[in-house]
Amino acid sequence: MTDNRLAARQIELEILRYDPEKDQEPHFERYSVPCINEWCVLDALNHLKDSIDPTLAYRWSCHMQVCGSCGMMINGEPKLACKAMLRDYPDAVIRIEPLAHFPVERDLVSVADDFMDKLKRVKPYLIPGKVRVPTEGEYKQTPAQLKRYRQFAMCINCMLCYAACPEYGLQPKFIGPAAISLAHRYNQDSRDGGRDERQEEIATNEGVWECTFVGACSEVCPKHVDPAAALQQVKVASTVDWYLEHFMSWVKK
Amino acid sequence: MSRRPYVREVPPTSWYFRMPRYMRYMAREVTSIFIGIYTMIMVFGLAALAAGPERWDAFLKALQTPLSLTFHWLALAFALYNSFTWFNVAPKALPIQVGEELMPDIVVAGGHYVVWVLLSLFILFWAGVF
Amino acid sequence: METIQTDVAIIGAGGAGLRAAIALAQESPKLRIALISKVYPMRSHTCAAEGGAAGVIKDNDSFEQHFHDTVGGGDWLCDQDAVDYHIHEAPKELMQLEHWGCPWNREDNGSVAVRPFGGMKIERTWFAADKSGFHILHTLFQTSLQFPQIQRYDEYFATDLLVDDGRCQGFTAIEMKSGSMRRFKAGAVIIAGGGASRMFPFNTNGAIKTGDGMAMAYRAGAPLKDMEFVQYHPTGLPNTGTLLTEACRGEGGVLLNKDNYRFLQDYGMGPETPKGQPVLKTMELGPRDRVSQAIWGEMQKGRAVDTPWGKCVWLDLRHLGEKKINERLPFVRDICISYLAMDPVHEMIPIVPVVHYMMGGIHTDTKAATSLPGLFAAGECACVSINGANRLGSNSLVEILVFGRRAALSAAEYVAAAKPGNEAALVAQADASQARIDELFARSSGTESIAGLRKEMHETMGDGAGIYRTQEGLAKTSAKLAELRRRYQNIKLHDKSRVYNTDLLTALELGNMLDCAEAVAVSGRERKESRGAHQRLDFTARDDDKYLRHSMAYFNGLEPPRIDYRDVVITTSPPGVRDYSGEKK
Repeated sequence: MTDNRLAARQIELEILRYDPEKDQEPHFERYSVPCINEWCVLDALNHLKDSIDPTLAYRWSCHMQVCGSCGMMINGEPKLACKAMLRDYPDAVIRIEPLAHFPVERDLVSVADDFMDKLKRVKPYLIPGKVRVPTEGEYKQTPAQLKRYRQFAMCINCMLCYAACPEYGLQPKFIGPAAISLAHRYNQDSRDGGRDERQEEIATNEGVWECTFVGACSEVCPKHVDPAAALQQVKVASTVDWYLEHFMSWVKK
Repeated sequence: MSRRPYVREVPPTSWYFRMPRYMRYMAREVTSIFIGIYTMIMVFGLAALAAGPERWDAFLKALQTPLSLTFHWLALAFALYNSFTWFNVAPKALPIQVGEELMPDIVVAGGHYVVWVLLSLFILFWAGVF
Repeated sequence: METIQTDVAIIGAGGAGLRAAIALAQESPKLRIALISKVYPMRSHTCAAEGGAAGVIKDNDSFEQHFHDTVGGGDWLCDQDAVDYHIHEAPKELMQLEHWGCPWNREDNGSVAVRPFGGMKIERTWFAADKSGFHILHTLFQTSLQFPQIQRYDEYFATDLLVDDGRCQGFTAIEMKSGSMRRFKAGAVIIAGGGASRMFPFNTNGAIKTGDGMAMAYRAGAPLKDMEFVQYHPTGLPNTGTLLTEACRGEGGVLLNKDNYRFLQDYGMGPETPKGQPVLKTMELGPRDRVSQAIWGEMQKGRAVDTPWGKCVWLDLRHLGEKKINERLPFVRDICISYLAMDPVHEMIPIVPVVHYMMGGIHTDTKAATSLPGLFAAGECACVSINGANRLGSNSLVEILVFGRRAALSAAEYVAAAKPGNEAALVAQADASQARIDELFARSSGTESIAGLRKEMHETMGDGAGIYRTQEGLAKTSAKLAELRRRYQNIKLHDKSRVYNTDLLTALELGNMLDCAEAVAVSGRERKESRGAHQRLDFTARDDDKYLRHSMAYFNGLEPPRIDYRDVVITTSPPGVRDYSGEKK
């Protein structure tokens, strides 16, 4: 294993700083950070915080692409800092900003309240179709039924899709990719019977019909959830609902 | 103790210049305008046909002007582009599960292409091209 | 200072905290519940657990088997009444999660699938690919959203418990976005704050695992139990320490030394089993302490692999094939490709043992009650003693559920009988807590740096409290930690802004880690035997006469903790020999 993974490399981090107690508005600051080639951007930030500027604020925890804390704009693209490997950034300068489309609380920390409210609104929990009690054993679910929704259950709520979605940027009322995908995840679950309740939230103008299928959400999703697919599937199903209701009302949904 | 979240406004008319993927999206959306215009021309053609042979001839003649030909070539290219982009994302909206496995995207998208080609051939045949 | 009044306050919104909150909401619907966490619930480190959760469900399994695997795996330091409760509740809790929508892997007939796991004699680990903890956490979090009684306080950093009249009556916490302190006034408090493995230089844990809950309880007088037992996970990435789940071996992966030899057979875990057909409770499915110690042994013998990141052994998954790896271990594959630029489908992966889990924690009884009335604890921060000296993989994801709920039931019962407190005394304590933070901001004379002290703590923990320990090393580490705790009193804050001040938070976290670390080192220094994860080069045998007892560390101000002992509860399984030699009886 002789390679340049452990080679040293000096990187200029250009970071958006904002301290509401001092700054009227955010500004960029540039730091020269000694890095190692195999690091990710988060490692570089941690090194910067520990040995150059302890005042930099950002969120992080797991360093393994699953807690969803460290979403930020890296060279203009929404990324998990722990998944953005320096080897993929050959340029000397890397520009880091807080996630787009969210208010900036401080430095790279964005305000997540809006997403948290929307997530709750879409009822992302099992509303059983046929109620069983746990002592009756598990709901049977075949691997094929599991596959229908598992991909949408992979969402780590990192909010990169909101930072990528221009519709959300222009129309903040849009419930948005991750929340609707999670609603769809439960709608697709063979154990669930709560679709009608969720449709009231998501089959609306603020829901899927705000989506124009830019597809950016799916391109940036670090977990291959494919939120764009979820939203289009909700649109197709809602359209079928509408036709059934208006032209074939004798057919039960 | 002064919380003051800062909101970065999204420029309402120029946001799509920010990223190539937004430009691609706009390209898909803008090309549909040409399909719309072409549809209008078809409607004019029908109206001309209903109005009698003179108007119909004039319509056909207008179609043969360089301006019209240029537009039609452009519209054809854009229509193809628009169709390709939509067919390629069709698997997202219409996943097909056979047994446990989801059909690969290429099967769902490919199905759209096959139907498209067959329909086109049928229309051309019906219109007497062959 | 603003006061928030509630019936039960839960500190920590990971698996244990969320399970407790849901149990309270469902089973005591009239209670007001405050759920406090320094991160949004779905960021909690439960999400990083990969392999699965053990519960008896299949016909070929029995509670007795699960009991004996757990007690033997824990080298008989488990409290057997707690284990008994744990294993009986486990399948109920896992089934409850199924009913809340957890996407467990399934068999073809639609029933829940189980996989083999280290130290377990029967396959009993429920799993959701290699993201079991992630799915458990999100299922719990999303389920919790339907209960209006659960009032969440996301990104609140709890600082001090408020104790008056000999009972815990609330705590103070900093609202991170504004920096202002709140007083939570609660009839009962449940701590579910997770472990403290970040005290070690090389660990699988997230940045948030700094022992805040443990330290808070410890400072308030609740003893920390069995802190010397620190679990090394055998398979971590050598550069980042990232966890590669035990399911890698459960699914048939093997460990090889530099001669491509399956060395575990030389460490009492043989004979060799067929490659790709794992046999339960032997070879690669031995318990974590034994496997980690065997890897250390290979390093000592010069049979480890030299890599750019130091000495490693190989984890070979190639024979599983791409399809199985993608289906059962997709996350492992992603992680290897990201951090090592190596694909386990085509290459052997270098791995090293890495600090993973604290068996020790806040002492609780089987009802999740600490020795401080009004204070309950569950999850990794607690030590109810189901894990003993070595936790078996897939017992902790169940522990957070079983004892999360148990803590909720106990807290609800306690609150019903709780008397009102002395308001003036509690306010005074909260004001003192605020004053300590204000002093940190105002201090201009500080000379010690947070990162510097943290680095020294990491060095001394790695040197003296690692996988093999000695009296000299532990004594040196204990002395160093005592010094660091004194120097900590003189730290300097660089960031003076109140809004989302992570400099302040890392300072508080460092203080918590130092308190817990000293309990680890001193408890270890005093335990002059080898048992489970506590291996002494100078006392190599288990000594049941002297040490079949729990270490209890009591906070003692700036002095090192006072260590006392407590008998282990033994019901049906007297201490025996841990046998991981497979078919050989």
